Amino acid sequence: MNWNTFFLMRHEIVLTLIILLLLLIDVFVDDKKKLNPIAIIAFAVYTLLGFLPLESGSLFGGMFVNSPLINVLKNAMNIGVLMITLSAVSWVNAKMLPLKKVGEFYILLFSSYLGMLFLVSSGHFLMLYLGMELATLPVAALAAYDIFSRKSSEAGIKLILNAALSSGILLFGASIIYMTTGSLYFSSIANNVSNSYLMILGLIMLFAGFGFKISLVPFHFWTADVYEGAPTPVSNYLSVISKGGAIFILMILAFVVFNQLNYLWLPLFYGISIVTMFLGNFFALRQKNLQRFMAFSSVAQAGFILMGMLSFDQMAVTSVVYFIAIYIVSNIGAFGVIQAVGIASGKWEMDDYNGFYRTNPKMALVLMLALFSLAGIPPLAGFFGKFFLYTSAASQGYYWIVFLGILNATIALYYYLLVIRSAFLRTSENPIPYFKSDWYMRISMILVAIALIMLGLYSPFYSYINSLSIL
Amino acid sequence: MDLSFTALILIIPILTFLVLGLNYSRIKEPWSGIIGSVAIGITALISYYTAYLYFFEIGKDADGVYQKIYAMNMVWVYFTDTLHIDMGILLDPISAMMLVVVPTISWMVNIYSIGYMHKEGGFTRFFAYLSLFTFSMLGLVLATNLFMIYIFWEMVGVSSYLLIGYYYNKPSAVLASKKAFIVTRFADFGFLLGILFVSYYGKTFDFGVLSSQAFISEMQMQGTAFMGLSVITWALILIFIGGAGKSAMFPLHIWLPDAMEGPTPVSALIHAATMVVAGVFLVARLFPLYFFMDGGVALDVVAWVGAFSTLFAAIIAFSQYDIKRVLAFSTMSQIGYMMLALGVSGYDGHEGLGFMASMFHLFTHAMFKALLFLGAGSIIHAVHSNYMQDMGGLRKYMPITHITFLIAALAISGIPPLAGFFSKDEILVASLIHQKYLIFGVTYAVAGMTAFYMFRLYYRIFWWNEPHYHHTPHEAPKTITIPLLVLATMTLISGFIPFHSLVTADGKAFHTHLHWDVIIASVGIASLGIGFATIMYKKQNMLSTRFRAAFGLFYKWSFNKFYMDEVYMFVTKKIIFNGVSRPFAWFDRHVVDGAMNGVGNGTMWISDKVKGLQSGKVQDYAMYFVSGVVFIAMLFWYLLN
Repeated sequence: MNWNTFFLMRHEIVLTLIILLLLLIDVFVDDKKKLNPIAIIAFAVYTLLGFLPLESGSLFGGMFVNSPLINVLKNAMNIGVLMITLSAVSWVNAKMLPLKKVGEFYILLFSSYLGMLFLVSSGHFLMLYLGMELATLPVAALAAYDIFSRKSSEAGIKLILNAALSSGILLFGASIIYMTTGSLYFSSIANNVSNSYLMILGLIMLFAGFGFKISLVPFHFWTADVYEGAPTPVSNYLSVISKGGAIFILMILAFVVFNQLNYLWLPLFYGISIVTMFLGNFFALRQKNLQRFMAFSSVAQAGFILMGMLSFDQMAVTSVVYFIAIYIVSNIGAFGVIQAVGIASGKWEMDDYNGFYRTNPKMALVLMLALFSLAGIPPLAGFFGKFFLYTSAASQGYYWIVFLGILNATIALYYYLLVIRSAFLRTSENPIPYFKSDWYMRISMILVAIALIMLGLYSPFYSYINSLSIL
Repeated sequence: MDLSFTALILIIPILTFLVLGLNYSRIKEPWSGIIGSVAIGITALISYYTAYLYFFEIGKDADGVYQKIYAMNMVWVYFTDTLHIDMGILLDPISAMMLVVVPTISWMVNIYSIGYMHKEGGFTRFFAYLSLFTFSMLGLVLATNLFMIYIFWEMVGVSSYLLIGYYYNKPSAVLASKKAFIVTRFADFGFLLGILFVSYYGKTFDFGVLSSQAFISEMQMQGTAFMGLSVITWALILIFIGGAGKSAMFPLHIWLPDAMEGPTPVSALIHAATMVVAGVFLVARLFPLYFFMDGGVALDVVAWVGAFSTLFAAIIAFSQYDIKRVLAFSTMSQIGYMMLALGVSGYDGHEGLGFMASMFHLFTHAMFKALLFLGAGSIIHAVHSNYMQDMGGLRKYMPITHITFLIAALAISGIPPLAGFFSKDEILVASLIHQKYLIFGVTYAVAGMTAFYMFRLYYRIFWWNEPHYHHTPHEAPKTITIPLLVLATMTLISGFIPFHSLVTADGKAFHTHLHWDVIIASVGIASLGIGFATIMYKKQNMLSTRFRAAFGLFYKWSFNKFYMDEVYMFVTKKIIFNGVSRPFAWFDRHVVDGAMNGVGNGTMWISDKVKGLQSGKVQDYAMYFVSGVVFIAMLFWYLLN
């Protein structure tokens, strides 16, 4: 191993080192509270490291690939995980410190994230499968982390059972593809695809496996229960990082590996996109619990992303990566506020937020920015994210789905506005009392607010992704 | 040369706005005024430096022709290789000239307001708005493309709205701010349509491309036409509607007199010197396009609208008693001058005299009209009234205000060697040498009328007889008199700026000749106007009452501003509301809302029905999962067979 290979795998290697370091420190440190800054500073350094320039390349005979585009995605996810850990500190201190279970939280979270990194860099189905398992198993443990909460245990069980089923099906699909093409390398599969029924079956099973990760309808049912039961930082992680990485690799598979079968997966994406948008929105309309609400909102957002992939050209890649980056920030903002409120006051229902603006104006503003961005209100970042997804689909003449997408965006706007109405317009006898969040949370929320405004106004970011989006 | 420092011209005012706006309850008087004045002062110094750099160091190419320089440019939203929305800073003679005008007036107004707004509620809010306005106006003049100028154009409208309605618990101010916003927005609709036409047919927003000969000849070749004129010409007329709205040209002028409800410094800054000339600036910005498309049809429209407005406003200014309204109509009249000067102008060399004259007049007018307004503010501050009836004999009490006001009045009347004389003279010459005799006649007549009504105003304020003052008026504090003196100095000297070698239509310098016939005639009619005013208003007498009686009906029409407001009211309330809005409202309530409610209820109903799927049982989920896979597989099986 030389410097170049280290550079290609720097994310994975450094993160592994951090995890090992944390394991060691955890043994020797008595005051577990100190682990918070240690883990966060280590991760922040690692995040900065990710911004070093990078050449495309592959390792292990093509099992592991990295490119500037993948690097951009990893950096976006790094920042996302950094924000999540920042906002998680208050929860860790409140719930886990008394049990002295601080270190494990970071170790499990980072391990799962390590799996995501391998997943997005995979060039081989084995690597893909290993990455996905590594990404899922620690999260299941994290979902059940709040040991005194029955809902949390339930979430853990549901996640692990569903994940087992889905990864079984995914593995089955991969085996079938191996059967028909004789290889597990993405590059050689791309040259050997055929339109045999077996191949198609494999493709569908593969898609179902990803559908689980991305929570596409009808593979999304676990989402709401797990998001509601799991500790909020974990739901937050599941909704952005886990989803974002899986979408990216699904896009690579579809655009590069199964490019010749596009007449197969295009109608599949088309149909699933519409169903996912509609069903996600229909469910979200009824939710009163904000964590469940966010779950269904994230299901609907996944449908939008699928729509952007339909043109499968450079623009599709750009708009999807751009949207993922923005979606990460917006969702973290919304989840961060929900979590801060939940920990400070124990309230998770929409009606509890009546009069929120009066008591906690700054938090309410971040919540508003995040929800408006998710709804796609200009000039926030989310508007441009959605705008480019529509443009991408419309550029290949998919006007109908764009129309349905806009219809769905309207429905979504309605339920996002419900929350904002509660927080800003309604009054309450006993609103959520004023609380002071810790510095970690504040930094995270300030970052979110800046990113939501700047990503929308500062367009070179889009052009930059566009310049890298050649698959 | 790296010009990225020019970004500071925009960054400093917007930061000032944010700092003052976000801390408006924390920063107390007078600190917000000091912060605002210092910040705008720094902006002004950077702007002067930029303008100096442009005119004397980097602006000219090898042939001595002024070029368009993109100090900064970045793509903001990308559509195609030629059509993209940029954000940037464009330097050319007119934007560099505006870099002198806007920050100067804004700076003076900021300093002035420290004294004028003393003890007014919302002191900090006022300065925050002033910074926002300065930012928007500078963005407007520095814009590199049509879309960017439109964004800043609207922001200027918003800050104007906020400042007119500054006394928000005064109903007339609120009404005036709404009126200004709605009328200009209505005009901006034309502007937006024009932009969309240009971008659709011309495939670009960029000013550099839009004014290039290659683009113009390409558009001339393109056959797309409507009613005998090319689409671009129609677009230019639509864009001019937007400009006419902002610049208060007939018939979109009705908001300007009401806008005087705002604090007087605001009237000086926005409704006299800067924002209202945005329409002139816009036409000048697209001047090559106006001049060359279809032989300048759109430019003729500009000329005639300008000529009509200048006469119309001058007549109304005769009969008004509110001193700020007199000044407002005078502003409208002077902007009409600038418009008609552009309208008669040619393009190459000396032919472009009208363009140069218009820009020259814009510059000098900004100085002396701001001075007049600030002087009026100082007077209002002293006597607590806007009406001439409550004034008189003030020259004894307010010597500085008196002298500066007199200088400005002489300047606007066109008395040499003050600024207004030079620029007005060039306009007269321009309309004469382009053989637009009717326009020349109007311009000439209005020159006399201007002298008359300005000196009517001057004598009624400073001479006439003294009414009974409740307490003796006294000279304003230093924060008010210093800006007056600075602007008076500008009024004295700015006529000597060699505009013909700096700001010209094609960027080339040319020589101007003195037209002694025009000079003698114009000074003659101005003196005549002043003479009449002296006879009628220097001492209280019955002459003016007799004149009023003699003109009878005509006076009444003028006093009521030719009933334009009533015409608008009739059209909107009687015709549009009854004839158009009612049926639409019915359709909206019964058909559109009905359908929407149906969709909404339907969505809720479906949402209620599908809820049952989410049972919470893992085995159900697994079943859905597997059946999903099977269903998709079967669907494909079926489709592929």
